[in-house]
Amino acid sequence: MPQVVNIAVSILFDGLAYAMFLFITSVGLSVTMGLMGFVNLAHGAFAMAGGYIVVTLTRTLGFGFVTSLVVAAVAVGAASVVFERGLYRRLYKSTDLEQVLLTIGLAFMAIATATYFYGPIPRSVPLPDWLQGDVNLGFRYFPTYRAFLIVLGAALIAVLWYAFERTNIGAKVRAAVDNRRMAESVGINVDRLFTLTFAVGSGLAALGGGLAIQLLGLSPSFAVLYLVLFLIVVAVGGLGSLKGTLLAALVLGVFDTAGKYLLADAGGFFVYAVTVVVLLIKPAGFYGRE
Amino acid sequence: MRMIGWLGLAALAFTVGGTAQAETVKIGVVLPFSGANADLGHQIDKAFDLYVKLHANDIAPNKVEIIKRDEGPPTGAQAKTVATELVTNDKVQILTGFVFSPSAIALAAVVTQAKVPMVIANAGTAWITNLSPYIARLSFSMWHPAYPMGAYAHDKIGCKTAAMAYTDFPPGKDSTEAFKAGFEKAGGKITEAIPMGSPVQVPDFTPFFQRIKDAKPDCMYVFIPSGAHAAGVMKAYGELGMRKGGVKLIGPMDLIPDNKLQDMGDAAIGTIVMSHYAVDLDNAENKAFNKAWHDAYGEDSYPDFMSAAGWDTMHAIFDTIKKLNGKVDDGQKVIDTMKGWTSKGPRGTVTIDAATRDIVQDEHAMEVVRKADGKLGVKILDTTKGVKDECKELKVGRCGS
Amino acid sequence: MAASDIMSATDPGQVRERAAEYLLKRHRFRLAECLPWLLAIAVFFVFPDRMTFGSQVLVLVMFALSLDLILGYAGIVTLGHAAFFGIGAYTVGLAAARLQWTEPISGLFAAAIVAGFVGFITGWFLLRYRGLTLLMLTLATAILLQETGNLRSDISGGYDGLPGLAFKPLLGVFDYDLYGHTYYLYALAALAVVFYFVRRIVYSPFGQALTGIRENVRRMHAIGSPVHRRLVTVYTIAAAIAGVAGALFTQTNAYVTLTVFDFDNSAKVMVMLILGGTGRLYGAFVGAAVYMVLEDYFSKLSPTFWQFGIGLVLVLTVLFARRGVLGLFESAGQYLTERKKP
Repeated sequence: MPQVVNIAVSILFDGLAYAMFLFITSVGLSVTMGLMGFVNLAHGAFAMAGGYIVVTLTRTLGFGFVTSLVVAAVAVGAASVVFERGLYRRLYKSTDLEQVLLTIGLAFMAIATATYFYGPIPRSVPLPDWLQGDVNLGFRYFPTYRAFLIVLGAALIAVLWYAFERTNIGAKVRAAVDNRRMAESVGINVDRLFTLTFAVGSGLAALGGGLAIQLLGLSPSFAVLYLVLFLIVVAVGGLGSLKGTLLAALVLGVFDTAGKYLLADAGGFFVYAVTVVVLLIKPAGFYGRE
Repeated sequence: MRMIGWLGLAALAFTVGGTAQAETVKIGVVLPFSGANADLGHQIDKAFDLYVKLHANDIAPNKVEIIKRDEGPPTGAQAKTVATELVTNDKVQILTGFVFSPSAIALAAVVTQAKVPMVIANAGTAWITNLSPYIARLSFSMWHPAYPMGAYAHDKIGCKTAAMAYTDFPPGKDSTEAFKAGFEKAGGKITEAIPMGSPVQVPDFTPFFQRIKDAKPDCMYVFIPSGAHAAGVMKAYGELGMRKGGVKLIGPMDLIPDNKLQDMGDAAIGTIVMSHYAVDLDNAENKAFNKAWHDAYGEDSYPDFMSAAGWDTMHAIFDTIKKLNGKVDDGQKVIDTMKGWTSKGPRGTVTIDAATRDIVQDEHAMEVVRKADGKLGVKILDTTKGVKDECKELKVGRCGS
Repeated sequence: MAASDIMSATDPGQVRERAAEYLLKRHRFRLAECLPWLLAIAVFFVFPDRMTFGSQVLVLVMFALSLDLILGYAGIVTLGHAAFFGIGAYTVGLAAARLQWTEPISGLFAAAIVAGFVGFITGWFLLRYRGLTLLMLTLATAILLQETGNLRSDISGGYDGLPGLAFKPLLGVFDYDLYGHTYYLYALAALAVVFYFVRRIVYSPFGQALTGIRENVRRMHAIGSPVHRRLVTVYTIAAAIAGVAGALFTQTNAYVTLTVFDFDNSAKVMVMLILGGTGRLYGAFVGAAVYMVLEDYFSKLSPTFWQFGIGLVLVLTVLFARRGVLGLFESAGQYLTERKKP
């Protein structure tokens, strides 16, 4: 295989895997911010919680990796409802600034709590054999875990797309993102819808957190370390847009990987440079409402 | 006028302390207890605590009082504020800890002005010890492992060509510069040097490593800070099948910190590092150290090279207190006493170079292997005795001043 | 008297009169305003050994004050304010390290000019945007500056910074002591000057126009107010002040690294300001001081878990003191005066 093609394949593959992680972790944030305008800086804390649940389940209780991912997503999704009902709900009508203060406070508390229970050392998960090593796709080898990420991401996108575009609830969510007042006046219970999407979004974040352990490692500061990245994906994609979040994740993932591969000296620039360019041209992101 | 008054009072407070029989020496410990690098701080803190607990009687009837403060993020600013206050407000007589080089750099002027000794337990930027006559370093300079690794990689591992990949901040540049100096001197050729972003960036190294894999050098020298990034290196290296692809992974000990090694899995096997410490280092002091560590912190907790340096740091401080019989108010005297200090510790024989106040220690080439008990460990391939900081010996850049 | 009292008047002349009276009354110096300053001076005498920490608090008060000008008064939400703090910090740092320009007070002016200039340029481009877009654009600007600095670490010193900066004695006379007394008084004096300036702005017609933009930008457009120009102006001023704070930061630390551009720095100052209360001048004082003192207290209590305490305080503030700590005091004051009335 010619070198150029080889490089392009490498970049696309790695970029795609990274993009899937970005998408899975950020999509919930995008929908909840689009739906309620709620700035949830504790989103990373939910992802971190998912990661630690996976660690406990696999390391201490001997669950399988995939089972643990599912359990973590469901558990965090359910727990997030408690937070939503108990804390977030009180601040729907407040300013963004108060929401920032509340959620950053929660993130801080989450960091300290995780340190208390798991210590500051970065944790890892034992992967099953079938996720280790590399896989031969005929023309070359690819890391199995990343291939798994891509397949899982694609499956999730299909499910989410169906739920968002083809079901009654999805239609309600879209209506509420488009025009909340109108949606309420035709009898859609936006509050309840928000609780639901919040739970799904947090569950997905937890899934992303679990998947990220193998990719980025997991330590208590995970709760805030990658928050900027998630916010960038949301902003570039456009608030509340599934399509937008996906496109943003793909563009940022592939550009970041390409930048690191081809121009390592300036590798750190790419994500931010792309962000600035996209937002200057399309202030509301790819598919956001102007 | 007021200021002079306050200073006078403070000076008085310093001298009054020296009259009683049994002294309580106040030691300020500044380590990152929170934040993204908290695990590094805890590795050293555990060693400090362990030493103080086991050796409290060594300095009887004198005692130590340890005041711990959070070093915070690697900005220098917070470390400077808390350490200055440890001196001005808490009246500590010795400062120790310091994981991040910026903390030590920011504080150099303060300790010179305050005449308080600063005993560094980690911060590895080579030229730090030149900044103040009150600094002594018990850990290492980036050059300690990296420079001898250059010659070893070329002569023994068989690297004719090597690519370097590093975290784009001063220790990374230091380490690769040192490796390059040693490697090229031995006749090797550096194919490329890839900065992998700043320490705060996402630790996914796949794109960088993919690039190196495609370029096929014999070896890949990697420097990353020994936190979450170390695991990231091993994952990317393993996932890409680089060993199969004929690219050997080499580097300093930061690649395989003992407390993270078990999690790294088979990908780590075959990695060769230059290091002054490993849990598997075969000497009596290290065996005792490991036993004490496991007794105190459990079987799943491992000390690493930072803990070993922390242990020796406290050891040097205790020996100094003992020698001066607790009278450590004169910072100059403390530093003078430490000069030439030598002892056996977990790392083997370590000495503080009287001329540079930096550490002299043995460096070992080690290979990661699967041990008989199924755990990962290292096999010592080669040992160089009494390695000094070559940066200062060769007077490279800032080390020369 | 509240704004509604002005509007309730029927005669236009009366409206104007009442409005003038209202503005004058707001502008008038209140005795309570002495309090923070007296407190700052008292701290100097009561805690002489803690002045290093004290000067850091003052620097952050100034930084938060500059953010209040744009966030609290003009309603510009930014997550990249550290950019200007960093530029100010590096202006004096580079001037001292590379040009041997070590006179401190002129350094503050230089920092103000450079940071203000960058504020003007970026503000002119970015202030067309609002909301999340603006948030991300300002954040990216700060990080791009940081990356540029790291790319040219031969100049900036990178993450190891510019060490051993030696500044000339203040006014040629007062040298810097270990205890940081000079620094503290120096920072306090600088803060007082900046504060006077900010106070003038806030109570000027320009300041009122800013509040108008914050409250209803469409109406300001409709009445022909040059919204963009005013926003850029205040953004430039705030950038300059943040630059001065950054310069003080470098001078008091005699050291600066690229971490001054960190996202954490932008986020932290915002949290401080919201904690104290936005749009009320002294919110910056209360917020920065309360946050820093709590952080110091908690981190002494437990160097490992102190973030839990800070987090809890933030959550409780949102739940029980909606308008920040200062808002809480205001409500208490209101409650008391209302009770006194028959």
